[in-house]
Amino acid sequence: MDFSSGLLTLPGRTFLHFLVYLGQLTALMHELLIAFRSGVWRLKLVAQQIVAIGYGSQAVVIVTGAFTGAVFTFQSYAKFKDFGFETTVGAVVSVALCRELGPVLAGLMVAGRVGAAMAADIGTMKVTEQVDALRVMGVHPVDFLVLPRFLAMMISMPFLVAESISFGLFASYLVTSFGYDMPAAWYLTHMLDHTNMEDLSIGMIKGFVFGMVITLISCHQGLSAENGAVGVGLGTTRAVVISSLVLLIVNFFLSILLNYVFPIGTV
Amino acid sequence: MAEPTTFTTQASGNGTTHAFIELRGVYKRFGSQEVLRGINLTLQHGETLCVIGPSGEGKTVMMKHIIGLIKPERGEVYVDGVHVNRLKEREMAPVRKKVSMLFQGAALFDNLTVEQNVAFPLLEHGVRDRAEIDRRVREALQAVDLDEHRNKYPTALSGGMRKRTGIARAIIDHSECILYDEPNSGLDPIGSDVIDQMILRMQRRYNITSIIVTHDMRSVFKIANRVAMLYRGEIRFLGTPTELRESTDQIVQDFINGRSDITG
Repeated sequence: MDFSSGLLTLPGRTFLHFLVYLGQLTALMHELLIAFRSGVWRLKLVAQQIVAIGYGSQAVVIVTGAFTGAVFTFQSYAKFKDFGFETTVGAVVSVALCRELGPVLAGLMVAGRVGAAMAADIGTMKVTEQVDALRVMGVHPVDFLVLPRFLAMMISMPFLVAESISFGLFASYLVTSFGYDMPAAWYLTHMLDHTNMEDLSIGMIKGFVFGMVITLISCHQGLSAENGAVGVGLGTTRAVVISSLVLLIVNFFLSILLNYVFPIGTV
Repeated sequence: MAEPTTFTTQASGNGTTHAFIELRGVYKRFGSQEVLRGINLTLQHGETLCVIGPSGEGKTVMMKHIIGLIKPERGEVYVDGVHVNRLKEREMAPVRKKVSMLFQGAALFDNLTVEQNVAFPLLEHGVRDRAEIDRRVREALQAVDLDEHRNKYPTALSGGMRKRTGIARAIIDHSECILYDEPNSGLDPIGSDVIDQMILRMQRRYNITSIIVTHDMRSVFKIANRVAMLYRGEIRFLGTPTELRESTDQIVQDFINGRSDITG
């Protein structure tokens, strides 16, 4: 009886938990907005976070972008050659990297690296009462812990996405030029003809939004951590999983929205 | 539910002194567990109150209500006349400038040195004069005998040194009241005595109001003006250390003499 009634109420309970979670995220966003509007941005902390997030994620983002560009080119070149379209590889790879692969893969990598670090750092501070110590000293945890990370992510993510796209295109160029002996002029001409500022803008905008999503979710997990090391571990895992899933869902809707603003294939 | 009993501690005998801290009928529950069941307590300026009682009886929870880290389900908490549980988190700053807290694990920031930890409240409260900050940090560290360790990180400190750093951080912004959460826990008898002397020194030098949650009965008899014993969510005893020693309440006697049938 208990088991069956538990099963029956499961969808309702899950939905309620989801609503509670959304409410908590909204409350955090509200506090973040208040912190932002207060004008006390703690620029030294923002700079430290830019170094940790932006500079520290270089290798991850560059390797991801480069090898994605390389493997995408490698796979698509052979198929395009069957139809005699191999010269368009540069254009296809470029648009795909700018609009989707660059921002999404950079976002996922940053969610894994930075999101986990944010949740673990703040979570550890929470369970060791350092967050309460901040409150006792009259410092709002959102002002001190979340806002600097949020600003740093908003600044860093578009650059990381740009880097991911650039290295992806460079790797794609190397594969076509040295792997398939395609003249560089063909690759570059098609790529430049079919890639425009709108494509790049989409990548940057997505990076910016993903940065906000990752920070919000990860910091929330950190601030909600309890039950010592186990709780911090759980929060860190959740931060990465939820950030990654939400990022993919947000990407879908953002792609539809941005396609209205910057339609693909109009050039 | 039983009606709460009122206990009042008074610094002076006329009973009209303005209470610095006041809890009125404070109830708190976590899930199905009722932790505080109608706590009434009044504390005057400059008093040192030790809060004792078995583990898990809500001593720390009661203390966290005073500084607004936890809100009561029912009841009111006043600090220097300000109704604390009506304030939002961002409105708590003036209260928290008057009352600071030493956490059980000291809660020092791992990425900051002793000096930076102690200077933190000043910087956050807008003090920008480097010389002024240096002077006050030196003063606070000298008060807790830690001046020579100012450049160490918390991980390089012993338990007692961490707690002394926490005390220095608590006093640097001239708080009127310090809440100590088990300042002696995990310390050897000498380390424990050092902390006790420190608390006494703060009390004498700055007339700081103190609330100390402790299990160390030796400390209680050494530093307390008054003692409150929390038992099953209520204040079981409130009085002077002498009254505590002479109490005829079996539960109180069992606790202070360390007889295990108290939890039965």
